[in-house]
Amino acid sequence: MAEMTRREFMLGEGSGTGSGSQRLHVGVGPAHPAMHGIIRIVTELDGEVIVRADVEIGYLHRAFEKDCEQGGYNNAIPYTDRLNYVSPLINNFGYCAAVEKLLGIDVSERCKYIRVIMAEISRVCDHLTCIGASAMELGAFTVFLYMIKAREYLWELVEDVTGARLTISYGRVGGVKADLPDGFAERAAKAFKETREVLDEVHRLLTGNRIFMDRMIGVGALSREETIAYAITGPLLRAVGVPYDVRRAQPYDVYDRLAFEIPTQKAGDNYARYLVRMAEMEQSMRIVEQALAMIPGGPINVDFAGRPIDPAAYVDRGKQGKTEGLLLVPITLSPNLQGSERPAHDRVNAADKRVVLPPKETTYGSIEGLMNHFMLIMEGFGIRPPQGEAYVAVEGANGELGFYVVSDGSDRPYRVRCRPPCLPPMAALHRMIEGGMVADLIPTFGSVNMIGGELDR
Amino acid sequence: MDGAAMLAALRARFGSGVIETHDFRGDHTAVVTREALPRVLVHCRDEPALAFEMLTDLTAVDYSKYPGREDGPRFEVVYHLYSIAHNHRLRVKVRVDEDDAVVPTAVDLWPVADWFEREVWDMFGVRFAGHPDPRRLLMYEEFVGHPLRKDYPIDRRQPLIGPTN
Repeated sequence: MAEMTRREFMLGEGSGTGSGSQRLHVGVGPAHPAMHGIIRIVTELDGEVIVRADVEIGYLHRAFEKDCEQGGYNNAIPYTDRLNYVSPLINNFGYCAAVEKLLGIDVSERCKYIRVIMAEISRVCDHLTCIGASAMELGAFTVFLYMIKAREYLWELVEDVTGARLTISYGRVGGVKADLPDGFAERAAKAFKETREVLDEVHRLLTGNRIFMDRMIGVGALSREETIAYAITGPLLRAVGVPYDVRRAQPYDVYDRLAFEIPTQKAGDNYARYLVRMAEMEQSMRIVEQALAMIPGGPINVDFAGRPIDPAAYVDRGKQGKTEGLLLVPITLSPNLQGSERPAHDRVNAADKRVVLPPKETTYGSIEGLMNHFMLIMEGFGIRPPQGEAYVAVEGANGELGFYVVSDGSDRPYRVRCRPPCLPPMAALHRMIEGGMVADLIPTFGSVNMIGGELDR
Repeated sequence: MDGAAMLAALRARFGSGVIETHDFRGDHTAVVTREALPRVLVHCRDEPALAFEMLTDLTAVDYSKYPGREDGPRFEVVYHLYSIAHNHRLRVKVRVDEDDAVVPTAVDLWPVADWFEREVWDMFGVRFAGHPDPRRLLMYEEFVGHPLRKDYPIDRRQPLIGPTN
């Protein structure tokens, strides 16, 4: 009803119903200020109403799947960072999980918790960005600044753990790059406190805001049947009342041990999607808090002796044959390997020499370690899963993120397919915007949360 | 229905239409003939015990460089199905030769197949008979070749031409 009234108010009575006016073709994008991501939507307009829309993608295609076939299994991890660049950790872990399934190995308990913690922090970052950017396009610039501020706190956590903010390359087949740093739980608690304050503020600014509600309610809606038929997952599916979440339906890592709710809404419009995302952020923070409380220390090898020495001096001692007790001496690692010292390395990686690089102490200090390192790095050797195929789905910020990896038994993946969670909603975008007004294209596009990196790969 | 029972039921129902089945690492997979594919997909979607409402993914693999399969059918088109109601998954594969790389479309079953099939045509050059809009999805129309084929060199350069409209 509100929809009709507004349309008639804007266009006059009888408008938008094919009253003989000429159709106008307007191309939106590929480079448009309100398009975060490069995409082109060719619209056919009747007045201000979109009659037909054609969505063109591919502007950010950079051959992710082809590139993955060129190197070893771990070489693809930096490429997965660049899929969904707002929550790259989830992509890392999804890809690693697929290769681990192919290998038939299991990662350590502590690693599973770390993956859950980092994935949930990324999910909050992703939702913050999505809501902040969509609100900004509706004029709520304050919300954008607040949310980016909160995301900054979370990215500082990510930086503490991975050493990078965006291109983190933190996952490894069989584990993760580094253990959590000291005092991580306290810093996470502080960041969450700030984030919750921001969310509270945004709730007060947006959720009951008349302008925001008028722009969002009833706009961009998709029916439950159509959402399922388009294989749309994630917040968009939960916004039509289907409580499907990979974390609950097919739990991976340790999600089956953690208590969290799956927020759903009924309407399926932009406002419902906004509410789902807002509620999910709180659940994600809840998961992280539980995981941080439950995370096991893992085996700590108390085999240290003496002060840490420089890697070069360490290697020299080995060359001179002074290997007596050498493997018990820790070495000073370069800052970019912080968290990968031997005790930490053993805690967060699977104990499988065919898959996981040995810690640096072992590589520098023993011939077995050096050989193990080379066997994993040399071309033609490396990680070699048996012939076969595996599909693993994880819950990305936008929905089901799947990796389908085919192995031919060599050290390179034969085929890596990424099932991008935002492709199905983009395939259905024309169904969401047709019949609506041009101005409604922007909030709908925002609520779909297209990420060019994973859509175009 | 668990995966093994699902595969057994498919074999019983479609007989020689199902070429082989396996469950490597717990992923239940049925390889079907192209002739049986439309019936298998309809059955998977509409049979209440299966109820695969979602085509989560559709892709292809070029097996021309795969050890031991160089001479077999070149492409495999892979359907990943998921059922919300039963929370189970199934992978359906169909093999096609290079000189007859055509597969019946699934757009009328799951509309999302529209873009997935356009991508497979774009990347592998497998056609989908009956597809309503068989354009490339990611590459531009003037692009020559299909980049994810194994014989397409990764460093080949082509002139960048804008879309013509």
